[in-house]
Amino acid sequence: MATDTLTNHDAHAHDGHEHHDAGAMKVFGFWIYLMSDLVIFGSLFATFGVLGTATAGGPTSQEIFELPFVLVETFLLLVSSFTFGLAVLAQNAGDRGAVLKWLAVTFLLGFGFVAMEVYEFHHLIAQGHGPDRSAFLSAFFTLVGTHGLHVTFGLIWIATMFIQISRRGLDSVTKPRMLCLSLFWHFLDIVWICVFSFVYLFGAM
Amino acid sequence: MSDIHTSHDGASHGSYKSYFIGLIISIVLTLIAFGVVMTGGFSVPVMMVTVVVTAIAQVLVQLVLFMHLNTKAEGGWNFIAIVFTVGILGLIIGGSLWIMHNIHVNMMLN
Amino acid sequence: MFGKLSLDSIPYHEPIIMVTATVIGIVGALVVGLITYYRKWGYLWRDWITSIDHKKIGIMYFLVALVMLVRGFADAIMMRTQQAIAAGGAEGYLPPHHYDQIFTAHGVIMIFFVAMPMVIGLMNLVVPLQIGARDVAFPFMNNVSFWLFAAGVILVNVSLVIGEFAKTGWLAYAPLSELKYSPDVGVDYWIWSLQISGIGTTLTGINFFVTILKMRTKGMSLFRMPIFTWTALCTNVLIILSFPILTATIALLTLDRYLGMHFFTNDMGGSQMMYVNLIWAWGHPEVYILILPAFGVFSEVISTFTKKRLFGYKTMVWATVAITFLSFIVWLHHFFTMGAGANVNAFFGITTMIIAIPTGVKIFNWLFTMYRGRLEFTAPVLWTIGFIITFTLGGMTGVMLAVPGANFVLHNSLFVIAHFHNVIIGGVVFGMMAGFTYWFPKAFGFTLSEKWGKRSFWCWLVGFYLAFMPLYALSFFGAMRRMQSYEQTEWQPLMIVAWFGAVVIAMGIACIVIQLVVSIRDREKNRDVTGDPWDARTLEWSTSSPPPNYNFAHLPTVHSIDSYWEMKQQPGGFKRELSTHFEDVHMPKNTNEGPILGLFSLIFGFALVWHIWWLVAVGAIGMFVTFMVRIHNDDVDYHIPAAEVEKTEREYHKRLEMQA
Repeated sequence: MATDTLTNHDAHAHDGHEHHDAGAMKVFGFWIYLMSDLVIFGSLFATFGVLGTATAGGPTSQEIFELPFVLVETFLLLVSSFTFGLAVLAQNAGDRGAVLKWLAVTFLLGFGFVAMEVYEFHHLIAQGHGPDRSAFLSAFFTLVGTHGLHVTFGLIWIATMFIQISRRGLDSVTKPRMLCLSLFWHFLDIVWICVFSFVYLFGAM
Repeated sequence: MSDIHTSHDGASHGSYKSYFIGLIISIVLTLIAFGVVMTGGFSVPVMMVTVVVTAIAQVLVQLVLFMHLNTKAEGGWNFIAIVFTVGILGLIIGGSLWIMHNIHVNMMLN
Repeated sequence: MFGKLSLDSIPYHEPIIMVTATVIGIVGALVVGLITYYRKWGYLWRDWITSIDHKKIGIMYFLVALVMLVRGFADAIMMRTQQAIAAGGAEGYLPPHHYDQIFTAHGVIMIFFVAMPMVIGLMNLVVPLQIGARDVAFPFMNNVSFWLFAAGVILVNVSLVIGEFAKTGWLAYAPLSELKYSPDVGVDYWIWSLQISGIGTTLTGINFFVTILKMRTKGMSLFRMPIFTWTALCTNVLIILSFPILTATIALLTLDRYLGMHFFTNDMGGSQMMYVNLIWAWGHPEVYILILPAFGVFSEVISTFTKKRLFGYKTMVWATVAITFLSFIVWLHHFFTMGAGANVNAFFGITTMIIAIPTGVKIFNWLFTMYRGRLEFTAPVLWTIGFIITFTLGGMTGVMLAVPGANFVLHNSLFVIAHFHNVIIGGVVFGMMAGFTYWFPKAFGFTLSEKWGKRSFWCWLVGFYLAFMPLYALSFFGAMRRMQSYEQTEWQPLMIVAWFGAVVIAMGIACIVIQLVVSIRDREKNRDVTGDPWDARTLEWSTSSPPPNYNFAHLPTVHSIDSYWEMKQQPGGFKRELSTHFEDVHMPKNTNEGPILGLFSLIFGFALVWHIWWLVAVGAIGMFVTFMVRIHNDDVDYHIPAAEVEKTEREYHKRLEMQA
């Protein structure tokens, strides 16, 4: 009877059900956030696509891109994506020590990536090829820098997760956060695939 | 809705094997893309097609094998969300390039 | 030490601003004094500022929107007054640099700080109740969203007294908004108020998208969701996918202004046309973000007050989805004249016209719902009928603008101004006022005065036509938008008519205020004890007004569209029986971190506007630390004991019995 549904629908819709949904909802919400982040990157890619040839007499992409350097960066990030996957597997197995170990490895690889990028930027600016030189360089620094900034935030997050997990272990709070972070980290590698393909490789042709 | 979840804690349920295969394929695709451009023996159209194809392939590989995207988790909404987002992004990026190209041609800016 | 900020930044020489500031100061001091005198600070902090209750957050959004409506309208009537007198060589009373700030502030405030918070406020209040949920998916984030939005509001208002606002028009087109042509802080205020509130909006979009998809009560499949929830869902999709474009675009302009980059500059390869392209790739979805929820409100109002199920529920849903998609492929119609050529213009002209089709479907659905219904002419229904007529007219002028050939004549003329006020006032404002009147009793437990609501409607309707029909006519004589003065004295009579229209709208706004005052005064007389004052159809009316903070003691089960209405139609009718069995209710706890985050974001934005770098660091570190405190805080939820739920429900039933 429809009459009694409003008043008597109870026990089975209660707490337990709400609780085990909370973690999944966070991960889903984070996925949707990633979609909006993807749109930010999309806008930057569109801008780079339009301004990529506007060098204003400054250096062109062929002159400043060093592919071997980028290849090393790429492998650092790719392998870190893999090691984060191992951290998630360790979490599924409930092995806290292994989670921490793989988080640390991922952090080091990610840190190496950021350090290389900082070096590349510093090198370009020192040569007078900074982001204020031309629209092309503005678009390049902004797109690649935004990705680098994301990776940096990822590193801060990894460090925070490391502290949280070593202090409180794997529980209903830390586990969903680890899954969100794993999505974030893999997402950044996927964005990087687009960066090295459409910025560096296209630019070097 | 709330009773169609296939997994409780979201998307990630991989195995060591899937991560490892994903890593290997990604490395191979990366090397192909860089190799085609760095050896310098190919024409620009060939390089472009290769880079685009390997990029798309690698994105898909990582989505499936690293992020475990499928059409079922969360009632399919994870999948619908990314398909819709990528579709709209394609329209916005493609549209922007098309518009700006036409403007530049018409205004003789290039 | 204080960057660009000095005592000279305060415009002492502008009597209008100084008088306004003084009045605001006195009123503000009065409010603060009263709160202190009645010792209400603790209550405000506990029950509102730190609240994660979606109903209260919704009310706060709407309240801010109403206050900002007055602020934005003050700008409007100043512009109308200026144009009514500044003809044939007369300079009027507003110098160009002030007039330009006013039209910029008017646009920014009305869209971002009136229309948006009204839409988001209604969504907050209504959506969780309509889907039978106890809160949103991420209650803490909801509070943060509100305070980020509030920080943006405060920044805009600070610009009135400290420094100045942008003189660029509401979208701050480059290169005018670049450092070279706008070296003052006006554009920086624009940048940071929109950036901060925009991030809040994106978070809201994510929050409500997940809420609607994941928190629906038992039995409510997608095609049993109320139409308002559907439109809210589509609006959130638009927010999630379009606001990041705004964020990125503003960020690029910021890099140009702060780090000397060349995205949109005239020199060094920058492309100002790319700015226009990007900002409208956000800007067009934005107008649908505003109008879709208004469509939802009208659908609820019409079916409630005709006592009929909405005609063509499924076509209404699909029309909404179609508009959601199409709104992403029409953005070029805002800049047909920029030079993209015939192919591009033809494509975007056609896609624009196609949007009229699903919109037309909706209009017919509302008309057919009314057909042979017993329409009660309440204030919400008047707003709806006013909308159907006015919006149809505005839609048709929109289709005219979508013809690229015609657009070359009409671009940047008053025709455009008349058109978008036609759809925004006739669509969004009427819709939000309908929603405000319709759901007010749900939020506060008493109905609004019908008499003053209807007076407000008639003032707005008549005022709108008086204010904007002359602008259509003037555009054909060649009148452009954003004129501080003009030569042609023959335009002046129509400008005066438009001014008079604005005065009538002012009366409409006054009626809203009086309506509130009168209704609060007579609240005992207009008390809604049942929780269902309109004999309505959707779940929000099945609980008490105002609902308890847990919304539903027992989560309802849904078997059809308009499930609550069906329950009421059962033989013997629907009875609000008191359940015999209560359980603990799991709820999120209030948060101190939300408002503190908002405060630091305000400091951050203000410091960036004035280049006070140490204060930027304070704001940034403050935000970071607050966030860290939050994620290490485990004390985020609690259980309302079953006994307390039972007590609340018993009191409600006692009131019900007393009334019976």
